Amino acid sequence: MTLMTEQTSNALPAADPPAGGPPTASVPTADPPATAAPAAPQAAPIAQAGSSHARTIAVAEHAAVTIEHVAVGVEIEHLNAYYGQHLVLRDITLSVRPNSVTAIIGPSGCGKSTLIRCLNRMHEVTPGARVEGQVRLDGDPIYAPGVDPVVVRQRIGMVFQRPNPFPTMSIFDNVVAGLKLAGIRDRALLEQVAERSLRRAALWDEVHDKLHAPGGALSGGQQQRLCIARAIAVEPEVILMDEPASALDPMSTLRIEELIDALRTSYTIVIVTHNMQQAARVSDRTAFLTVGEDRAGYLVEEGPTAQIFTNPRRRLTEDYISGRFG
Amino acid sequence: MSATVDPLRIPGRNIRRRRATDRVMGALLAVAAVVAVVPLVLVFAYVLIQGLPALNVPLLTQSPMPAGFPGGGVAPAVGGTLVMVGLGTLLGTPVAVLAGIYIREYAGSRGATAIRFLVDVLAGVPTIAVGLFAYGLVVVPMGTFSAIAGAIALAVIILPIVARVTDEMLGLVPGSVREAAYALGIPPWKTIVRVVLPAAASGIVTGILLGVARIAGETAPLIFTALGNQRVSTSLTEPMDALPLRIWVYATGPYDSWHQQAWAASLLLVGLVLIFSLLTRFVLRRRGPAGR
Ligand SMILES: Nc1ncnc2c1ncn2[C@@H]1O[C@H](COP(=O)(O)OP(=O)(O)O)[C@@H](O)[C@H]1O
Ligand SMILES: [Mg+2]
Repeated sequence: MTLMTEQTSNALPAADPPAGGPPTASVPTADPPATAAPAAPQAAPIAQAGSSHARTIAVAEHAAVTIEHVAVGVEIEHLNAYYGQHLVLRDITLSVRPNSVTAIIGPSGCGKSTLIRCLNRMHEVTPGARVEGQVRLDGDPIYAPGVDPVVVRQRIGMVFQRPNPFPTMSIFDNVVAGLKLAGIRDRALLEQVAERSLRRAALWDEVHDKLHAPGGALSGGQQQRLCIARAIAVEPEVILMDEPASALDPMSTLRIEELIDALRTSYTIVIVTHNMQQAARVSDRTAFLTVGEDRAGYLVEEGPTAQIFTNPRRRLTEDYISGRFG
Repeated sequence: MSATVDPLRIPGRNIRRRRATDRVMGALLAVAAVVAVVPLVLVFAYVLIQGLPALNVPLLTQSPMPAGFPGGGVAPAVGGTLVMVGLGTLLGTPVAVLAGIYIREYAGSRGATAIRFLVDVLAGVPTIAVGLFAYGLVVVPMGTFSAIAGAIALAVIILPIVARVTDEMLGLVPGSVREAAYALGIPPWKTIVRVVLPAAASGIVTGILLGVARIAGETAPLIFTALGNQRVSTSLTEPMDALPLRIWVYATGPYDSWHQQAWAASLLLVGLVLIFSLLTRFVLRRRGPAGR
């Protein structure tokens, strides 16, 4: 669990998001225990030994004080992704700004899911899958030698295409699974976090009287909100969503979109969708990917959502947006 | 027939022939199913009819009488079976579950194939050979037949059964559950122990209970390990009786009273295994959909 710091310490001076994103107003005050540990004021959080513990305390503080959240940017730098010999993403460079919703759109099979899975090191979970290039989380390289993917994933939450609550756990246990499995036993704290997360996920009213029913007994839309609650319960800085509403009915989809809108103030959100109206509705910026002749996905363009949808710079984007292919 | 042709119905003999074939095949399958169930019913009925008259309290509480004398019971065998099956399960199951976890989660596809093959080979080794193995490994060095030797033989028999079931049940847990745990920043080993294993638990428990039922009826591996004992023994380092052994001795002996008791002991053994099977169902139902 502990990490080597050799590589990551080089990255330390890069404290502010290189994207030149919005002013980092929230940085100094929020999340103090995690970043202001007196013994290691300079340590990059990803590489901090026992940083999960520090974050745990941060969660406790949050629960009590509800400080506004620190959201950070993500820099994708010359990223190539492979499944075995098969190159599926070629040279992706893209910056995701803090406290914004970035939509990734593109035709089926262009590598949207692969890209998003590279951002929290889930790509490598697939046997034979590997990555070249770098991704920086708040300046910290997540593909540096010695970085523990577990720590990366604690800072970057993920919501999957199909709702996947833990089948053996109750609604309550699902929400606090991340905390419980990190060793937190304090019942009062767990209850506090569960309620807060379920409220933020707009699910509390529907489940508060059956918290101990199995998570799998909820409807699909409720299960997906449960998964969102589970992801935000561990206070990640970034939330990745891979077509979170594609398996849901229109009403549930609407609720998820409202939820994304409510979460944007606290989190950096990356959402994959192949529903362009959805991208237009929920996102601040949009990145358009497509498949090249070599069957590898690449980034065509990225920009403010309004511009991508009304006045794209590239012909390919325009064709896709207007439904001429994909 | 009228002149209107139903477009969904193909005219001619084909359809009639297809229906006939279907009916014949259905009947054959039904016969096969009955044939498969008949032995079970017959075994139960026969053991019940033959064993019930001699099934009484002394059978459960008393030790065997000297050869040829009527009366007495099979108490040492009942106790011995419980002890050795319990101990064998306790010894074999943890190793088996860990081995199953290793095969599914850590071995990699090539390693897993290799170990799976070896485990299947072990499952196919005749149990008398397992008994010989325990004889060489435990009885010879100790210089005496013993309960522990019997338990070790039974442990070796239950091991591949439970290892394979664990492996397969873990494989049934959807990858999405694992991914959900990884994405929360839960380390792989903790994901296995706290998320994947609980999801597979009811299947694994079923496998263990089936394994227990299986070793409870084993005779061959106990012949030259536990040996058998006329008296109740509480020592693991001395010979111990077991129901299958006692049944074997009595059924092949010359006395009518022995034959009677062999039937009754068979009934006990069948009842014991049946209870375990029912327990399996009970556990499954109680854990219910959680296991899926
Ligand atoms: N587990 C996998 N193994 C091998 N190839 C994969 C795997 N998952 C996806 N791919 C391939 O990678 C490419 C991109 O897939 P994906 O990222 O799922 O696209 P999208 O989400 O945009 O539909 C596709 O060509 C797909 O066939
Ligand atoms: Mg996809």
